[in-house]
Amino acid sequence: MKTLTSIFIVLLLGLATLAQTRNEVLIKNATVLTAIHGTLENTDILIRDGKIAKIGKNLAAGGSAKIIDATGKFISPGIIDCHSHTMMDAINEGSLSVTSMTRIRDVLNPTDIAIYRALAGGVTTANLLHGSANAIGGQNSTVKFKFGHPIEDFMIPDAPPGIKFAMGENPKRSSQTFQPGQTPRYPRTRMGTLEVMRDAFVRARDYKQAWDDYKAKKTKVPPRRDIELEPIVEILEGKRLVHAHGYRSDEHLNLMLLADEFGFKVATLQHGLEAYKIAPEIARRGTGVSIFADSWSYKLEAYDSIPYNAYILWKNGVVVSINSDSDERMRRLNLDAAKMMKYGGVPEEEALKMVTLNPAKQLGIDKRTGSIEVGKDADIVIWSAHPFSVYSHADMTLIEGDVYFDRSNDIQKRPEIAKEREALEKMDINKAPASGATSPRIPSEKRTEERDEAEYGDNR
Amino acid sequence: MRNRIFTAETRRRGVFLNKNRVRLVAFFFSASLCLGGLFSAAAQSDGSQQNKTGRAGTFAIVNARVVTVSGAVIENGTVVIQDGKIVAVGASVNIPSNAEKIDGKGLSVYPGMIDAGTNLGLAEIGQGANATMDVAETGTQNANAKAILAVNPHSSHVNVTRVNGITTVQTYPSGGLIAGQSAVINLNGSTQAEMAVVSAEGLVINFPRIATFGGFNPGVGPQVIEFNDAVKRRDTQIDELKKTFKSAENYGRAKDAYAKDKSLPYPATDLRLEALVPYVRGQRPIIFTVERERDIRAVARFVADMKVKGIIVGGQEAWKAADELKKNNIAVIYTNIYNLPVRDDDSYDYLYEAPSKLQQAGVRFAISTGDGGAEVRDLPYQAGIAGAFGLSKEDALKSVTLYPAQILGVDDRLGSIEVGKMANIVVTDGDLLEPRTNIKYLFIGGRLLALTSRHTELFDSFKDRKESNQPLP
Repeated sequence: MKTLTSIFIVLLLGLATLAQTRNEVLIKNATVLTAIHGTLENTDILIRDGKIAKIGKNLAAGGSAKIIDATGKFISPGIIDCHSHTMMDAINEGSLSVTSMTRIRDVLNPTDIAIYRALAGGVTTANLLHGSANAIGGQNSTVKFKFGHPIEDFMIPDAPPGIKFAMGENPKRSSQTFQPGQTPRYPRTRMGTLEVMRDAFVRARDYKQAWDDYKAKKTKVPPRRDIELEPIVEILEGKRLVHAHGYRSDEHLNLMLLADEFGFKVATLQHGLEAYKIAPEIARRGTGVSIFADSWSYKLEAYDSIPYNAYILWKNGVVVSINSDSDERMRRLNLDAAKMMKYGGVPEEEALKMVTLNPAKQLGIDKRTGSIEVGKDADIVIWSAHPFSVYSHADMTLIEGDVYFDRSNDIQKRPEIAKEREALEKMDINKAPASGATSPRIPSEKRTEERDEAEYGDNR
Repeated sequence: MRNRIFTAETRRRGVFLNKNRVRLVAFFFSASLCLGGLFSAAAQSDGSQQNKTGRAGTFAIVNARVVTVSGAVIENGTVVIQDGKIVAVGASVNIPSNAEKIDGKGLSVYPGMIDAGTNLGLAEIGQGANATMDVAETGTQNANAKAILAVNPHSSHVNVTRVNGITTVQTYPSGGLIAGQSAVINLNGSTQAEMAVVSAEGLVINFPRIATFGGFNPGVGPQVIEFNDAVKRRDTQIDELKKTFKSAENYGRAKDAYAKDKSLPYPATDLRLEALVPYVRGQRPIIFTVERERDIRAVARFVADMKVKGIIVGGQEAWKAADELKKNNIAVIYTNIYNLPVRDDDSYDYLYEAPSKLQQAGVRFAISTGDGGAEVRDLPYQAGIAGAFGLSKEDALKSVTLYPAQILGVDDRLGSIEVGKMANIVVTDGDLLEPRTNIKYLFIGGRLLALTSRHTELFDSFKDRKESNQPLP
């Protein structure tokens, strides 16, 4: 009897665990913008274990399912920002022109409030890139914004690794010196920038040859490990994605020609504000372009940037994404995508793809996210109105079925937060120094506007 | 992202984290760097846009939805434009026989939008082309610096902005303590005079604030100023500003006295003081750039003490000082929609909600981009976002049309569709504030303008380009 009871308890526990892992969420009666199969009216989405299990009308869920009534609301895939520097405690290792050994993974801060604000703008996934100070920068991280979780949970396990390249004004200006007598860093011109890249690939090719020879037992002594060249060998082997910052079309074309020569494909041209000038060349190579919707004129090499860039690239068959490169702008990528309908006339779904499925493709994670399809991760935003309407706002943002942002909860908690703040301000330690009628000391201003800036300036 | 670097506030914030920004600011204040000169020819003027100042005539937009802003929406209305002005608005109006008719079926007619807080025309390219920058004069006392004299009528920002429905901006200088005088300009004209609506609008003062950030030393980091010292420093700066104002008052009195009685000693002319006179006398508004509550309250006290007319630009926490703003009739040109909340515990929509809080508190306000020029075209979307966070759609629209016109004192001419007003008119295929909406017709000063810009021209040049496949020889 005792044994039976124990077995029963074990079974119960087992069932409970099972129920937990078979977690269900049912979102009911929404207008669903799938970003791949058009718009579905009055549609339900059933999420099971973090994946989209069913899409259809009048779906049923298990008794323990969390039900979200989305009547009158719009659903889109979670927004993916293909160029961000959020939650990074450092952006540029600007001391060398090739810093392929550095990893963004090592400087991520999962408690950065910018993550939450991005979630409130419907962003679920981001490509966190090294800055643009170096011809070859550091290794990027593709993350999901699982705010409140440890950093390990942010990592997308099967996201292919990548690396930042940079051309033009940013690596050039990183050559300037700060102290008299300091040796300027090479390169200082666009000529030199390309040579730095060529040199790295030549060295990587030789390094790979040395290892290949060793593995083929042609040599007896293993080559000395080189952590600068290893990631570059991975590029040559097609295992690491190149995300190349640049503006002028000629330099992006030259990079693609260099890639042709070394036998790899550039994954994305980042910024690529003049990409429209070489759209056929980009399309033929299958290279993606990740751009600003309409930023221009903030620097000389952005003077030929036009908001019709996305349209021309799309028309030529290039996979285009719209990125933010800014904690602020990240919160309104839905509106940036909407603008693409106006500038040239990108169709609605294609415009939506530019902040969802297309960046997923560019980052090699489109099998798991970027659209509302059965089998994909339930990375979903519930909007108060069509996300392309300026009057809309995100009501809820889910990653793998879990709610990471809920506007009604957020509003509900505000009085509590205000109270806590008030209490903290009254504590002696937080009082302003004796200064008459001034308000309490406020924590020092933080990086408020653009995060894409670091030792060597901003990375646009 | 934006050209916000040109405004004093963002510059102050920006330098904290960015050596490059510090260098950029250093650029502003050191006239000796000549590198920019190399680029000036390329960037200063967009020659292709010259003389594209449109076509005058008599126009009748018929069968349109007329959003007058000041009154009710007319569902199937007509707007008649003649001699640069709106001469008739209504459901049934007489159309002059010589009028060129524009079919407005399915279209909406709006007044052109007004951005009351920009450096448009003063700033072409922020980085790498310093010679195109005329935002910040060197020194701290520049009351006599006049934006209207530095606005580039052929800046490419002009067309790019107006084809998005913004027809008028206030443009102002940003550097130093007393930055100079703003102008209200229409975004059309081959000369500054053709553009000017008000050539000397307001005096821009970057109001002294309690700043605990004392600059950035390369290799050392930010320098922190002790709070009490920062307060003292702020107070000293305000005292000095008051002294300058008193000097200007005295100067004005001396000049007036001499005008009446030539036997008095002639007071030597001082251009800086002379420029201050209409402002210290409250004849024209003073535009204070200020963000935080404590500094806004200090502005309100200053306005009351000095008996001047005040307008605030920035106004992040203005709603918290609503009582004093109302008491002193200070309006707010709010420029913080595209900014992140300053403190971690601020709610995520803290700055989106501020306009609706100003509205509820009864403070007069307008929404502005606060931008250097290139991104002023996003004005409708910035207002729209406020509309998504508490502000009514009607007020969101007013905040970029009638309200800025009222704050700038040009509502007799601009800001709504009313008979007698300047014909700054935008015809759209949808809600003016929506990013998907297209502008179909554009009038400034009654002139029908082509919807072209540097961007449409580059678009036309490249949209059909084929690959040549030609390798280097």
